[in-house]
Amino acid sequence: MARTDVQLMLDVKAGDELSFELLLRKYRSPLVNFLYRMVRDRAVAEDLAQEVFLRVYRARQQYAPSAKFTTWMFRIATNLALNSVRDNRHRQMEISMDQTVDTGEDEQRAMEVPDRAPSVEQELVARSRAELIMKAIHALPEKQRAAVLLHKYQELDYDEIARVLECSESALKSLLFRAYETLRVELAPLVSPTVRTDRVPDHRSGQPA
Amino acid sequence: MFGKDGSEKQCAAIESKLIAYLDGCAAPAERHAVEEHLSGCASCRTRVEEFRALSSVLDDLPEISPSPAFDASLRARIAAEPPRRNFWNWLPSPRLAFAVTALVVISVWLSSGPRVITRPSVVSQAIHESKVTAESDFGMIRDLPVLENFDVISKFDALSELPVSPGVSTDEVKKETR
Repeated sequence: MARTDVQLMLDVKAGDELSFELLLRKYRSPLVNFLYRMVRDRAVAEDLAQEVFLRVYRARQQYAPSAKFTTWMFRIATNLALNSVRDNRHRQMEISMDQTVDTGEDEQRAMEVPDRAPSVEQELVARSRAELIMKAIHALPEKQRAAVLLHKYQELDYDEIARVLECSESALKSLLFRAYETLRVELAPLVSPTVRTDRVPDHRSGQPA
Repeated sequence: MFGKDGSEKQCAAIESKLIAYLDGCAAPAERHAVEEHLSGCASCRTRVEEFRALSSVLDDLPEISPSPAFDASLRARIAAEPPRRNFWNWLPSPRLAFAVTALVVISVWLSSGPRVITRPSVVSQAIHESKVTAESDFGMIRDLPVLENFDVISKFDALSELPVSPGVSTDEVKKETR
């Protein structure tokens, strides 16, 4: 039977290094992606993700399962990301708005290879689409950005996200609404119900009855 | 702009419920309220459809893979961590502990011992003694011409009883004074 994250962390506390390895394997990619989307710099994202794991490891002796492991881990990650974004705000403001968004060659290579190799044109369209989405997410205020990333991509529940962002659930729902409303406007060229009615609905939600 | 079909107030009222509704997490009462509003508000129906479409659009954001060096780099950082210091490690070595304890005990003992209190009578006695010393010093200065007069000193009987330092004869002393 698979051990829960809390059980793994308690085992790490008891000195089991292998359990830390399992947590690392499980959350390495989600953390790097979350942080990359927060700070928009791959090297910084990896550095911050390592810092998160390092802090988890350092705190193993004091670990008490008062909350979900993911709540604790993403709280560390979010705080690090917000600090990093604030520290680098001045530098980021100097980046030209015209500059190509760094969705990067690496990202394209990292994507799963589809059954049928896309044509150059398809690849360009996909890249352009990804650039637009990334740019729109990054344009959100930091707290809204974190809320959307934790809600949409990490699929944390409201209670967890509220704890991570240190706000109430109702404040979080309001925050999420404002963020998605901004994204709906910013990504209007991509969001067209008449064109996209055949799309599969959000995996998080069942269709409301 | 929404609110053409339903009132703006009603549209604003469902905003806080909309995300949970779209996630399928709304409480039955909330879901009912949203559906009731949507049935009479075309603007909000459009918005809900666009939110659903937005969710699919956001799925298109590609994921990146951590670099192959990620784990090795993390292990290196963990290995570079200084060794943990638990409670017992924070205690000083026995030799240092003994030295500090001894120092504290001595300090306490010295500070708690009887203090020397200068009484008035002792003070007046000290003043008197210093006056006597000052007077004798003044007397010596006053009598200096007499003391430097060798003829007077050589005829002073009391001095003749003092032992003469070896190697210095009375004649030599006389020569020097002349």
